[in-house]
Parts: sequence; structure tokens; C-alpha cells
Amino acid sequence: MEDREQPKLEAVELVCVRDERTLLDGLQFGLGPGEIAQVEGPNGSGKTTLLRVICGLTSPDSGDVRWCGMSIQESRFEYFGAVAYIGHAHGVKAELTPIENLQMARALGKARPGVDMIEALDRVGLWGYEHVPSSTLSAGQRRRVALARLLVADAPLWVLDEPFTALDRAGRRDIEAMLMDHAAAGGMAILTTHHVVELGDCTVTRIQLDG
Amino acid sequence: MGSVSVEIAPEQSVQPAAGQAGTASLTQAFYMLLRRDLILAYRHRSELANPLLFFIIVVTLFPLGVSPEPGLLQTIAPGVIWVAALLATMLSLDSMFRSDFDDGALEQMLLSPHPTALLVLAKVSAHWLVTGLPLLVLAPFLGVLLFLPDRATGTLMLTLVLGTPVLSLVGAIGVALTVGLRRGGLLLSLLVLPLYVPLLIFAASAVQAAGVGLPVTGQLYFLAALLVLALSLAPLATGAALRISVS
Repeated sequence: MEDREQPKLEAVELVCVRDERTLLDGLQFGLGPGEIAQVEGPNGSGKTTLLRVICGLTSPDSGDVRWCGMSIQESRFEYFGAVAYIGHAHGVKAELTPIENLQMARALGKARPGVDMIEALDRVGLWGYEHVPSSTLSAGQRRRVALARLLVADAPLWVLDEPFTALDRAGRRDIEAMLMDHAAAGGMAILTTHHVVELGDCTVTRIQLDG
Repeated sequence: MGSVSVEIAPEQSVQPAAGQAGTASLTQAFYMLLRRDLILAYRHRSELANPLLFFIIVVTLFPLGVSPEPGLLQTIAPGVIWVAALLATMLSLDSMFRSDFDDGALEQMLLSPHPTALLVLAKVSAHWLVTGLPLLVLAPFLGVLLFLPDRATGTLMLTLVLGTPVLSLVGAIGVALTVGLRRGGLLLSLLVLPLYVPLLIFAASAVQAAGVGLPVTGQLYFLAALLVLALSLAPLATGAALRISVS
């Protein structure tokens, strides 16, 4: 309880079995403020499963994920206010405009004070696309809308599943800059990617999963 | 007295500002989700018309297929209207969580710090507004078509007011359980239809009784009880079912 002011994510002895295949076998790691974890491993090695377990969307077969020393099963809603998740399906509604998507994200989560939604969209390179239906945007642009959610939500922990998919080189650099800013501000992130990520002088922990 | 009102006023003005800066309030989340679902429904108008047209067509086919004789139609009218309403709702159920499940919006909803049951209630309310409410509006006209006595029309409306929200609420549990399956359609009918049976029996019998001038209070109370039960328990069950489907 004493390190409550210092948010910290811990995975304790995580075991996850899917279809008789052991994906996670006693995985253990910790993540503190300003740290970024990169999960690596071949396809099917359980990267997405690990991220879903960390978010609390899937329960591990044994082991525990702890946030500020408390199991996330017990402090579920407190934890959900602190985590921003972008999965493979990024949750951007094709029928809604980027602005409407962000409004929804703000209403569902914790809104970051003093951040304008237009500014956030500008930051991810969607200036001028605020009010067009997301169905007319390209796959990469839709992913950018999802990433703009990170900017309008006040979440110290970012959980990103393949955030660079469909993004061009400039987009990748934007996200890397966002991650560095986030870490500099004391945030933490855990991501999976097959790309080489350049994060300057951030503390990057590598979590290796083998298939 | 004057000092009291002065003390209260600043407090009230501070609250909305605080809500804007920090965590979005639950009412705001509820309202935004309801609004979003209504916007989505409006942008898919053609899908919205599908269950309604089904409702109208099924009811209008009965005089053609069975008999145009007023006496017979009058007898079967309550049952026909209710069965058609039930099947029309079944037809629209699958869309409740399907697109949210496919594009990941459902995960975002489940990861919200707000209680899942209340967010589910917002979605079910939106579903009722776009499917249940139109059925309610159309029902009296279809009643006329089937020679339903004037004195039973009020009861028909009342049973639908009490019953259609139950259809949406109970249906949501079934959809939440089957949304993760590729072909959940048959399973959904098997899960949900038995739960609709008591509703159908009491609603149809109320309209029937009203048609011949009998009291209907008992049936209406039963329907109201079902509504209260569904309203309080179904969102919790739906929320739990969604968590299972997503994991």
C-alpha cells in the first residue's frame, strides 16, 4: 500500500494455456513510471494474449497482474481508469467521424484535462479529416484515430498491440515521439511490434516470448 | 433563508466544471453511448427498417393466408401481433453487439471504468428506441387491420409498452452470450425464445381478455413485474456474458 503514489505494473507468475498450448509459462516482469516494455516473439507465441491478460480482458490460468500492488481483479474499475488499450481491432467506428470517435472515448474513460480533440487529431496527422466519416479514411488513418485516443485520455499505462500496423514511416515516427513524451511524463507503455522501435534514451525492457 | 440559497448556488456551478476536467461522469458516459448508438442506427436506416417491414408483412399476410373473416381474425389478432413483434425483435437482436464486437469497440466499452451493466443498459435503451418503439407506434394500425376491438387497443399498447423493453433486455443476454460465435443465430433463438414464452402468454391473454371486456389487471401486473425483473437483472447478466465472449 505504501507505494500507491508510485504507479507500478507487475506480472506475477503468469501462466496462460490456450488449446492445450502453453503460451505463457510463469512469466514475470515489472514496469515502473517512465519505462516502456516491448514484447517480442514469433507469430502465435502469445503476444496478444499477454496484452489482453494485462488489460484484464482475459483471465490468466494462474498468476496475477498487479497495479500499484493490488490485483487488478480486485481493483478492476480503478485500474480500467488508468489503462488505455489499442488492440488488433482498434475500436474506431467506421460510421462515426474521428471527432465523434474521440468524444466517445473521452466519455468512456478518463479525459485528460486541457487537451483539445482537434489538437490531438492534428498531432497524429489527421488535420482536415475531423468531420469526415471514418469509413472513408484509409486503414492507416483509422489506426491514427485510435492512437489519438491515447492523447485525449488520461491513462498512465498504454497497452498497444502492433501499433505500427498500416502506418507509414512518418506515422511511425509520430508514435515513437508520442511514446517518448509519454515516458518522459512518467507514463508507462507495453507494446508488441515486429518493427525496430527507436525510442531515444527511454528505458526499454524487452520481454521475449518463445513459441 | 437568503444565506442558504447563496451557499448552494456556487456549489452547483462548480460541479459541472470539475466533471469536465476529470473522469467523465457516468450520466455523461450513458448519454454519449446512447447518442452514439442512435447516430449509428440513423446512419444505417435501411437495416433499421428491416424488422419493421417484417412486422407489418407478417401481420398483413394473416388475413390473406388464413381467412378474411372478421370473427376469426379478431380471435387470433392478439397472438398474431405479439408473435410478429417477438420475431421482429429477434431479427434485430443480432446487430446489438455484433459490429462493436467486430471492430473492437466492445473491448473499449468493457475497459471503461464505469459499471458495465449501466453501459449495457444504454445500449439496450438505444436498441429499444429504434426497434421496440416503432413497433409500438405501428401496433394500433395493425390491430385495426385484424379487426381488433377498439376497447382492446389500449391494452395492446400497454402490453407492448411493458413487454417490448423486456424483449430487448432479455435478448441482450442471449446476444452477449453468442456474439463470439461465428454462427450464433440458431443458438440465440434457442436461448432466448423460451424466455420470451411467459411474456407472450400473459401479453396475448391480456389483449384477448380486454377484447371481451374482462379485467386485465392481473396480466398487466405480471408484465410489469417481468419488466422490473429484467431491468434490474438483465444488464448485469449481459455485462458478465460480454466479458466471457470477449475473453
